Amino acid sequence: MSADRTSSAVETGLTHLAVSLRGVTKTYGNGIMALGPFDLAVRKGEFISLLGPSGCGKSTVLRLIAELSAPSSGIVRVARHEGEVQPGHGIGFVFQEPTLMPWASVRENVRLPLKLGGVPKAEGRARADAALASVGLADFADSFPRELSGGMKMRVSLARALVTDPDILLMDEPFAALDEITRFRLNNDLLALWRALGKTVIFVTHSVFESVYLSQRVVVMTARPGRIRADIRIETVEPRGEGFRTSAAYSDYCRKVSAALAPSYAGQLTL
Amino acid sequence: MNAQVPVIAKPRAAQRAMRLVLPVIVFAAGLIAWELVVRLKGIPPYVLPAPSIIILTLIKDWAVLSQSLETTLATTLEGFVAASIGGIALALLFNQSKWVEYSLFPYAIVLQVTPVIAIAPLLLIYLEQQTAVVVCAFIVAFFPVLSNTTLGLNSVDRNLAGLFQLYGASKPQTLRFLKLPAALPYILGGLRIAGGLSLIGAVVAEIAAGTAGAGSGLAYRIAESGYRLNIPRMFAALLLLSLAGIVIYGVLALVSHLVLRRWHESALGKEN
Repeated sequence: MSADRTSSAVETGLTHLAVSLRGVTKTYGNGIMALGPFDLAVRKGEFISLLGPSGCGKSTVLRLIAELSAPSSGIVRVARHEGEVQPGHGIGFVFQEPTLMPWASVRENVRLPLKLGGVPKAEGRARADAALASVGLADFADSFPRELSGGMKMRVSLARALVTDPDILLMDEPFAALDEITRFRLNNDLLALWRALGKTVIFVTHSVFESVYLSQRVVVMTARPGRIRADIRIETVEPRGEGFRTSAAYSDYCRKVSAALAPSYAGQLTL
Repeated sequence: MNAQVPVIAKPRAAQRAMRLVLPVIVFAAGLIAWELVVRLKGIPPYVLPAPSIIILTLIKDWAVLSQSLETTLATTLEGFVAASIGGIALALLFNQSKWVEYSLFPYAIVLQVTPVIAIAPLLLIYLEQQTAVVVCAFIVAFFPVLSNTTLGLNSVDRNLAGLFQLYGASKPQTLRFLKLPAALPYILGGLRIAGGLSLIGAVVAEIAAGTAGAGSGLAYRIAESGYRLNIPRMFAALLLLSLAGIVIYGVLALVSHLVLRRWHESALGKEN
């Protein structure tokens, strides 16, 4: 399965694209059309946000890219990197909840993708420790998830997604459940990681502010079935820092994105 | 750091001591009242023996009773082990194949809801007595293990399951690293119930077998002493059975606590 996906990426010449979706729809078993038709092209190394009202199919897009579900129609293409095949085939996934195994230590949680992929234990542990260090949790490798705060659990989840060194990081409202201060801090850390590692990030959120602060491109989606309403490029001085959050450009972009989002929830009954 | 773990006020040492002392006082008061009533009213031991006589009987008949206790405990243990292995194995089988589950689960329920006391005489006809007794203990005890394990295996976090899928986990890997650990608290809960039930199963079968002939378990001693109007010995045997039940429950609860204490909510309350 993974082999023919790699070849398809090469055949179609996705040299500069990390992900491409063309005419993709998704209809669930109960007949509800969640998505589409939906087109999206994400360049390698790009940080994009998917923003939209709840139920608009944002998470579905991520699940389609991760092959956790199959499209009802249309084509999903994901560029695979050459060389050694890694567990997860170049994709790391961060869920809305930390989704940690409560029975395993933090290190074992982070090592899981490598363990499932048959990476030897010693190497796996070393890589898990390195991933934990990159999210600032080197001292907590032997702790159990319940001993950590919500923000720390999310960092563990991020470390687990990074441990396979994926090209593409899919994040499904990862910071939605956190308090604002913790979220700001994790936003900054995520940006720093993205700059350092050069991964493609597709970030699902329902926060206008978060999407503007983090991404190079904000894709605003309509209510169900989700389509693209606006594709807004956020251009500012890089690297961004806390200064951007209080700048006039930032509020302008927030206003622009909010305006694009407004028709998606005005007068609509979405639960 | 433990921001998410609710802070439970530590009960003061005095309060904790009271939780131990109060039941003991009630127990002692009950025994004294019992002893007094029997002595003051002059109730003969074959109607109601005083606690002191029960204890004396226990010491006097220890040779017989201890052997019976051993027999009953052995039966209980065999039934418990069989129920644990059988229940978990069947639940795993159900989890692997819906068809097997649909075909067999109704019969597991039938076996569970049919009173074992009614099945025991039949088993004694078709099976060797020792086997029949163990089978009885098994029948009574395996259902909670089966249903709890099934529940546990189906209670896996959906996102974690998605994560295993994303990283291409094989079926055995998913079972070993995800489903079994996730089901462990449920399995241990099932085993805790099964421990007490296998004792009940063993006792029921012994009583059924006792009326049919030979036998030497504690329940048989109770039946036998009943025919002989040896009421103090009945009470002594009952006391031993009850103690055995408490010890079985305590051991299983302790094992469950030790296994889960590092991560599961059920084991946290006592420590924090």
